[in-house]
Amino acid sequence: MLQTATRAGAKTSKKDPPHERYLEAFRWMLQTRIFEEKLTSLYRGGLITGGVYVGRGQEAVSTACGLFLQKGDVFGPLIRDQAGRAAAGEPLLNVTRTYLGSRQGSMRGRDGNIHRGWPETGQLAMISHLGSLISVVVGKLMAKRMKGEKNFIGLTTIGEGGMQTGATHEGMNIASVEKVPLVLVAVNNHFAYSTPNDRQFACAQLVDRAPGYGYEGHEVDGTKLADCLDEIGGAVERARAGGPPQLVVASLLRLAGHGEHDDASYVPAEIKKESWAQDCVPATEKLILEKGWLDAATLKQWRAEISAEVEKAVETAQREAAPVASEEDWCAISTRGMVDAPVLAGE
Amino acid sequence: MSVTYLEAIREAQAHLLREDERVYLYGQDIAGKFGGAFKATKGLAEKFPGRVLNTPISEDAMVGTAIGAAMEGMRPIVEMQFADFSSIALNQILNNAGTQFFRTNIPCPITVRLPSGGTKGSGPFHSQSMEAIYSHYPGLVVVTPATVEDAYTMLIDAVAIDDPVIYCEHKYLYYHLKADALPKDRLPIGKARIVRPGRDLSIVTYSAMVHEALAVAKEFSASGVEIEVVDLRSIKPLDTETVLASVARTGRLLCVGESFPWGGATAEVIARVATEGFHLLDAAPARINARDTPIPYHPNLWVDHRPNAKSIAAKARRILAE
Ligand SMILES: Cc1ncc(C[n+]2csc(CCOP(=O)(O)OP(=O)(O)O)c2C)c(N)n1
Repeated sequence: MLQTATRAGAKTSKKDPPHERYLEAFRWMLQTRIFEEKLTSLYRGGLITGGVYVGRGQEAVSTACGLFLQKGDVFGPLIRDQAGRAAAGEPLLNVTRTYLGSRQGSMRGRDGNIHRGWPETGQLAMISHLGSLISVVVGKLMAKRMKGEKNFIGLTTIGEGGMQTGATHEGMNIASVEKVPLVLVAVNNHFAYSTPNDRQFACAQLVDRAPGYGYEGHEVDGTKLADCLDEIGGAVERARAGGPPQLVVASLLRLAGHGEHDDASYVPAEIKKESWAQDCVPATEKLILEKGWLDAATLKQWRAEISAEVEKAVETAQREAAPVASEEDWCAISTRGMVDAPVLAGE
Repeated sequence: MSVTYLEAIREAQAHLLREDERVYLYGQDIAGKFGGAFKATKGLAEKFPGRVLNTPISEDAMVGTAIGAAMEGMRPIVEMQFADFSSIALNQILNNAGTQFFRTNIPCPITVRLPSGGTKGSGPFHSQSMEAIYSHYPGLVVVTPATVEDAYTMLIDAVAIDDPVIYCEHKYLYYHLKADALPKDRLPIGKARIVRPGRDLSIVTYSAMVHEALAVAKEFSASGVEIEVVDLRSIKPLDTETVLASVARTGRLLCVGESFPWGGATAEVIARVATEGFHLLDAAPARINARDTPIPYHPNLWVDHRPNAKSIAAKARRILAE
């Protein structure tokens, strides 16, 4: 990520952008958009088994989630966090390996798509059950404190749908009780699969819940990159400085189906006219060009570089071997002596 | 000096806190002077400040935090106030802890203590035995100590295992069982124990039902019938070898479990003996479990709901007559 910052910074001109990491963040957004479009085309071409879930429209928020994390921090990304995962250090190759079924991916064919982790930079592998990652992040933070580590935070994300599970309630509450440095970024993309907000919750604003849990609450327009960087960066800073848990609620529209199998025809046309429904990637790019923070030639070059990275990650993963059932050890626990009845396992 | 089953659990936790700085206890009402609904942690919070922590009534999050802490190298022991309430944590235990190693290659060494089983007057929601549910899912070790000695050593061993362990402690045994002292030796988790050798019938059981089976074996012995009693000790892994060896000696099998009858440990044992040791059987294998209703409150109903020495003896007589 530093590499990108330098590259971005070199081309900064005229007036400085509104946040010192603005251009670096945009590069992650652009990478994610180009990369996920590639994943979608692979899916449509029948080259990906299982689902593809993209974060179209959420690139600004998600990038901000990954960008401010440091070594020793804990990150619990969710469904639409490709941008944040990349900004926090997961290589594209691990994503293509996971989606394309290479045995060399971090999940080794045992889980797929977004259900992947990247332990090298503290990224947890989500289970599907929404809300259950929050308490796991809290537990990691508790343990770090018990071990005497300092200066760490945990950040995890949740959708406005996932926010209505009991696990989210328990997880949010226990974070406060344990006084851990947690940042919870709730992304209200107005549809949980096909369900609009009026069938998910009935409070005026989700951020109103923050004081009820002992959190500091912040709202942000998720289509505005500078605001996302300010609010999420600020929340990370406050948590790191010993503040209470932070809830940042970002508003935007999910600009894809729930997964690529879903045409999202249930999203009414009117909603797409709302200011918070705009697409953050072209909007940010337009602003960058208008303000002259980067010129068109540089952006073109970025696109070319990203496309090359994406192609390379796809080609590499496609060349790699798939997992082989006969070579699996089919063992769900790490303690060999505790394995039950191998003779019953279909042998 | 004598030690109860409950004291053995407390002493095991004291030992673990003393010997292993990675261990901490996490549960409802377990800290302070109170020391837990059953006093399994009494005195430990004072002795080990900061390591015996009260939690909100949030079973899901209690286990979720334990999973996170275990990933960071800690060895949390989570106390459920009653096994029954672990239903709220099923998702974290089964889907998160139970899948973690297989998915990520990162072990998940958590221990979840479940005060299990029926006692008079406890009713449908404070009496359950949940070993079958936890054993059904991959990725967990499930233990059911039946003696003071096992209560002590198996809890210490559970924490040493790098995988999630469901430790089912029986509430009826808390005060009823006493030993002279804490044990010096241990039988490892995964090994069943022949608690009484016999020749005519094998009763394979676990947890509190071991003691009902022993009572039946004693009664039958007076009339010259020798029943072998096998205490499984752990439901997962299940020591099929010891069970088969016992059936090879006796030719007859009765499995006894306190939990509900559909599926479960007794059905599993019979399935294994029928598939792997059919030739050893001189009579059809049988099993006896609780009734297929919620666990009733009133003692008159409760004693009839679960297996007891009388119903076990009746079943044993039928098998022996075959
Ligand atoms: C506990 C649980 N129930 C149901 C599902 C199935 N499911 C997966 S994603 C999803 C919608 C999630 O909506 P939201 O949390 O708003 O996130 P978004 O997909 O909009 O990013 C559902 C219902 C699940 N993963 N977990």
